[in-house]
Amino acid sequence: MRLPQKKLSIRIDGELISAVEGQTILQAAKANGKYIPTLCDLEGLTPVGACRLCIVEISGTDRLFPACTTPIQDGMSVTTASTRLAHHRRISVELLLVERNHTCAVCVSNGHCELQSLASAMGISTVRFAYNYPKLGVDLSHPRFVLDHNRCILCTRCVRACADLEGAHVWEITSRGIHSRIVSDLNQKWGESRSCTNCGKCVQACPTGALAAKGCAVEEMVKRADNISSLVHRREVQV
Amino acid sequence: MKRITIDPVTRIEGHAKIVIQLDDNGRVAGTEFHVTQVRGFEKFTEGRPFYEMPGITSRICGICPISHLLASSKACDSIMAVRIPPAAYKLRTLAHCAQIVQSHALSFFYLSSPDLLLGMDSDMPSRNVLGVIAAHPEMARDGIELRKFGLQIIEGLAQERVHPSWIVPGGVAAPMSGSVRERILSDLPSAHAIASRTLRFFKNALDNYSYKEEIESFGSAPTMYAGLVDGKGNLQFYDGGLRFRSPSGEIIEDGIAAEDYAGWMGEASLRDSYLKAPYFKPRGFPEGAYRVGPLARMNAADQCGTPLADAEFTEFHQRFGAPAHSAFLYHYARLIEIVHALEKIELLLADPQILEKHVRATAGVNSLEAVGIIEAPRGTLIHHYKVNEEGGITWANLIVATGHNNLAIGRSIQQVSERFIDGRKLQEGMLNRVSAVVRAYDPCLSCSTHALGEVALRIQLVDADGDLCDEVASS
Repeated sequence: MRLPQKKLSIRIDGELISAVEGQTILQAAKANGKYIPTLCDLEGLTPVGACRLCIVEISGTDRLFPACTTPIQDGMSVTTASTRLAHHRRISVELLLVERNHTCAVCVSNGHCELQSLASAMGISTVRFAYNYPKLGVDLSHPRFVLDHNRCILCTRCVRACADLEGAHVWEITSRGIHSRIVSDLNQKWGESRSCTNCGKCVQACPTGALAAKGCAVEEMVKRADNISSLVHRREVQV
Repeated sequence: MKRITIDPVTRIEGHAKIVIQLDDNGRVAGTEFHVTQVRGFEKFTEGRPFYEMPGITSRICGICPISHLLASSKACDSIMAVRIPPAAYKLRTLAHCAQIVQSHALSFFYLSSPDLLLGMDSDMPSRNVLGVIAAHPEMARDGIELRKFGLQIIEGLAQERVHPSWIVPGGVAAPMSGSVRERILSDLPSAHAIASRTLRFFKNALDNYSYKEEIESFGSAPTMYAGLVDGKGNLQFYDGGLRFRSPSGEIIEDGIAAEDYAGWMGEASLRDSYLKAPYFKPRGFPEGAYRVGPLARMNAADQCGTPLADAEFTEFHQRFGAPAHSAFLYHYARLIEIVHALEKIELLLADPQILEKHVRATAGVNSLEAVGIIEAPRGTLIHHYKVNEEGGITWANLIVATGHNNLAIGRSIQQVSERFIDGRKLQEGMLNRVSAVVRAYDPCLSCSTHALGEVALRIQLVDADGDLCDEVASS
């Protein structure tokens, strides 16, 4: 038998709301219809606070906190939108755009990309930083799917979808900092991975065109990230 | 000795510079045609999945992205070793004909009509499409309508007018709806009327000797001609074998398959130009210079294959011989091709198969090397790819229409310069004729060099010591 969950009172953007103990700020905000931008978060996957787009202000401290990994506390007062937050979020997106080679016009996910949508919603038409233009490869070895490092934002949604849901643990991050990149198994070609079950959950979880179905032409890759979330919810149903 | 530089050349697609060397008497001693950018598509696509190539290479050009989509998709079809569904074949052809109409309308009405309607020597500031709108509003309206007609077909099929992603390896992404077909059919009579009205105007001008001097001196030196034709010798835009015809009209080679092109075409690199110069291999370089595009297609084919265009085709050759050599006649050939494309559109829409729902074949990598050839509005377009077994591009070569015409454009510039340029009393109208002969070819230099940059032309006058004496720039 489940114990009743303790209710906490917090304020989000001045509005008093009731939330359940153990929820993150992001979960509490979503449950009450408050929008906080995210990229690395995907409902059902373990939050990691990688993209820093969900940063919020909390009264009583100057630090900014990622809403996806910060648990609520009774009496907490959270600000989700301010000039300061907008500035930091915009810089985060700009840095993602310059880090690798995001050429929307010829991308399989053009028009269906979470990074593109976010940049568009923020009104980002130019970036203030120099483009990095790294020389990155494309792993075409898998019979059904493609990994394009040029379009990867290292959100690790694929890593977590594979580990949390499929339990296959195919994906990992190798190297550090600017050299970080997604690898399958022990840095083998994806097509040679023995642990991959070819389920495609990583592809559906990916917010950009980094992971895509093979053969998709420009604009054709439409992801169903909501399938990942609904799959998690269905698994939690106990009959 | 002086040197004139036209940099940039205006009312063309892409960047070019023309240098005219004058001797001490002000006579033309030599000319050079420089294409001044490089874009590098062949290099930076290495490693990309082959099926992304249509989307990437179509970004070479905003005027005729459909051409690159088609040539690239045909190469990808060959990599997959699939025969695309019949409806997809017809839909691709339909989109291509629409593109021929809109692109030719752009060339004739927007880019070249200022020279043809207002005169080569007319006032430069108003010698542009706005000047045409002011002086000949009905002609300008026709040009806009015709271009709109072509673009709306593309939009109806592909949801986007410029850079659609609808043409894909294996066919097309979606079938055509009946309502789109009906809309095109309802607009077709008006497009036909514009095409025939414009042809009448042009032929009337020819009858009145309006362009006599230009026809005689605009690149009238005989060359070989190349173009796609079907088994019956009919003009082809989308499919067929490549035919080479000699300057005197004999068929030199016929039915060259896409994958065999390299056996017949060589590519020479030129000093001071990013544009390579293809040549007919058996004749060597530069003797193997040939031309492509509307005039070349009129000369390569035996007929168009549709009644109205065939009548115009016959009249064209009756007027100017077979082959007809003057580059000025590219304009005339372009108008005939618009008529032919409109007739083809009508025929395609009359075929119930075009509405079939099965429009895409799927497959993996079944061939490691493939070539796609089509006739783009400006001439033969070749996409040649090599891939690894995973489908990654390992090598790519693109030969674009304007490249084929490179040597001929250079020779035409020389001929026009010799005829019109007098270095002792340099006038802008003289230089405009040099630009106009380039415009007659409707070159797309951003395509041909896979280059980036703005559109324009400038002419410089330089003395024997290489010092700049005079310069005329147009925008």
